[in-house]
Amino acid sequence: MNKTMTGAKMVVEALRDQGVDTVFGYPGGAVLPIYDEIFQQNHIRHILVRHEQGAVHAAEGYARATGKPGVALVTSGPGATNAVTGLTDALMDSIPIVVLTGQVPTFMIGSDAFQEADTVGITRPCTKHNWLVKETDTLSATLHEAFHVATSGRPGPVLVDIPKDVQFATGNYTEKKLRKSHYQPQLKGDIDAITELAKAMETAKRPIFYTGGGVINTGPAGSQLLRELVEATGFPITSTLMGLGAYPASGDKWLGMLGMHGLYEANMAMHDCDLMINIGARFDDRITGRLDAFSPKSVKAHIDIDASSINKVIRVDIPILGDVAHVLEDLLKVWKSRGRKTNAEAVSKWWDKIRTWQAVDCLKYKPSSTVIKPQYALERLEALTKDHDRYICTEVGQHQMWAAQFLGFEDPNRWMTSGGLGTMGYGFPASIGVQMGHPDALVINVAGEASWLMNMQELGTAMQFNLPVKQFILNNERLGMVRQWQELLHGERYSHSWSDALPDFVKLAEAFGAKGIQCKDPADLDDAIMEMINHPGPVLFDCLVEKHENCFPMIPSGKAHNEMLLGEASTKGAIDAGGAVMV
Amino acid sequence: MAPLKIKKGSSSHSAYNLRDPNAEVVERHTLAVVVENEPGVLARVIGLFSGRGYNIESLTVAEVDHTGHRSRITIVTVGTPHIIEQIQAQLGRIIPVHEVHDLTVEGSSVERELGLFKVAGTGEKRVEALRLADIFRANVVDSTLENFVFEITGTPEKIDAFAELMRPLGLQEVARTGVAALSRGSKTQA
Repeated sequence: MNKTMTGAKMVVEALRDQGVDTVFGYPGGAVLPIYDEIFQQNHIRHILVRHEQGAVHAAEGYARATGKPGVALVTSGPGATNAVTGLTDALMDSIPIVVLTGQVPTFMIGSDAFQEADTVGITRPCTKHNWLVKETDTLSATLHEAFHVATSGRPGPVLVDIPKDVQFATGNYTEKKLRKSHYQPQLKGDIDAITELAKAMETAKRPIFYTGGGVINTGPAGSQLLRELVEATGFPITSTLMGLGAYPASGDKWLGMLGMHGLYEANMAMHDCDLMINIGARFDDRITGRLDAFSPKSVKAHIDIDASSINKVIRVDIPILGDVAHVLEDLLKVWKSRGRKTNAEAVSKWWDKIRTWQAVDCLKYKPSSTVIKPQYALERLEALTKDHDRYICTEVGQHQMWAAQFLGFEDPNRWMTSGGLGTMGYGFPASIGVQMGHPDALVINVAGEASWLMNMQELGTAMQFNLPVKQFILNNERLGMVRQWQELLHGERYSHSWSDALPDFVKLAEAFGAKGIQCKDPADLDDAIMEMINHPGPVLFDCLVEKHENCFPMIPSGKAHNEMLLGEASTKGAIDAGGAVMV
Repeated sequence: MAPLKIKKGSSSHSAYNLRDPNAEVVERHTLAVVVENEPGVLARVIGLFSGRGYNIESLTVAEVDHTGHRSRITIVTVGTPHIIEQIQAQLGRIIPVHEVHDLTVEGSSVERELGLFKVAGTGEKRVEALRLADIFRANVVDSTLENFVFEITGTPEKIDAFAELMRPLGLQEVARTGVAALSRGSKTQA
């Protein structure tokens, strides 16, 4: 069936066809025809952000919390350039989002027109793919292909640049269709390699599952299968920052997060294991530490949908290219059909060893009755919110690592944090996106005051759309992680790592019409958190915490997993010159 | 360096998995990349090389199938086996890339490059240039009383050698196409 309509109408029609119900955006000259169409319909809700970066992070938050692609709509030139950070963030964390940008009319492209930017050129390295649409007749097919590319294989951000004359002109609409895209990533893993892994699991003495964001991205089936596999084998499991929630934090095989600020037991087990099963993680430098000392005695298997992730930094012995859920399903089948064998006696000894590491209690900190320790604030937040239908976002820095350490995630898609790019200013707009996807849930953004200020304008968005997001700010009046590194690496010269003119967050909240709460006494904390939870609207929670707390445990840059610093350890000289070069 | 492991599942007809992936030795490889002929596809390929710090020694591109909208990019690159493997995998991620072939490891291949050389000279040097061109089977495609333009086809090494010989004989300007390559025999890439 052929339908003729304007390009602008096609955009709305294609979004409907794709099942999109929410768009985050900001209007401008080059997208006015599309905004005119949005005005004349009721199927798609448009959330007006206060800055285009906010729109893209909100789309990311929405995508991560719902499993559906997030959509952002921005104008040409500055609208598009403001979207670049969000696009890069989504690329690094493999988040499926579709960003639509307006562009100057085709006949003006290249003339340095008002609000013209080479959007496809600028965003080429920070999207999975992008398109400049030059004819209205190809617009709808391109939009459908954009959704296909964003959500297939390793997910990622895509961008469609739509010149204004293409929006005005009429053309034929192609429905979301059966046209076979040539982009069809391989989902099933090689059965020989899967069998090889199953065999390795049967004999392994010190096995470990090392899981990542790929388990979340593959959908709920991935987490389900992972849980089944872990329970059936009894092997310990650790996860990257991106993979939290795939296996429940309350599960008895859970070692906690690994990596630079991961748990002692998780990192020690990674270092000493003899079989490492990487499921949808990518041997990021925050995970591996010093490469030549990374898990030296293990056979390594790696399940990943992206061929370029396999053997990129760590050479593996059993590479399995495929979708996590598909491969786990086959792995379980093969392992079961071979008799469900494990080396139970050795694995039991391995657990004994792991328990000695767990006994170190690496997250312990010095409590205080006079100031709120950030760890204590998160422990209380966890205790008072864990029974809620809860989603957690974070900004980037110490608070992010403490949140990963002290909050427990029982399910996938409940934890939204900027892992790869480390984008300060991510969490607040992301929480808005999450709340749009789950209107009745308790959505909390654990923030630092510096990160939060980077996209604080979105408080206007939260108010306008009545999104009761809770901003839980651990305020140490410092760039805490920068300060920590300056202490450990730069002779305690705290160059520009504190803010001298912080706002009164309560008054700031009130200026927007939101609720502000300040808490500085540990004794008042529980009541204050309850007040935050029970308030029906957006809350800015200014939690004044210990200003000089460091985040431990920590693998210093350039060190190996078994060279972790624990909280009470002397940190002087812990990082040598070689390590100082790395970030 | 880890010992060379030959894994089950390595394809027997390919020597690729038999090379030591951890070797630090830098190799020269010729890659054939079959792409959708659409705007920006070359920029994506080049951007990948610059963005990730890979080398390009030469690069040629042209449409090879008009009805199928296919272009073929031939890239000569250098790197350790690990880097070459990464380049191949990264190229494979680009959406409009249909196929990536490492001609250097997928059996023998033929490589040809075309060069144009402007050589100015009179007297004995002019005669010598013409004689050498004949030995190299270079054609004269333009001539005045003071100079020639030679056209030469061959492997990059042959063209390098010709350039060296022409230099003392009045070489003024060189244009080279970069390498185009196909695998030998009945095997096809696209």
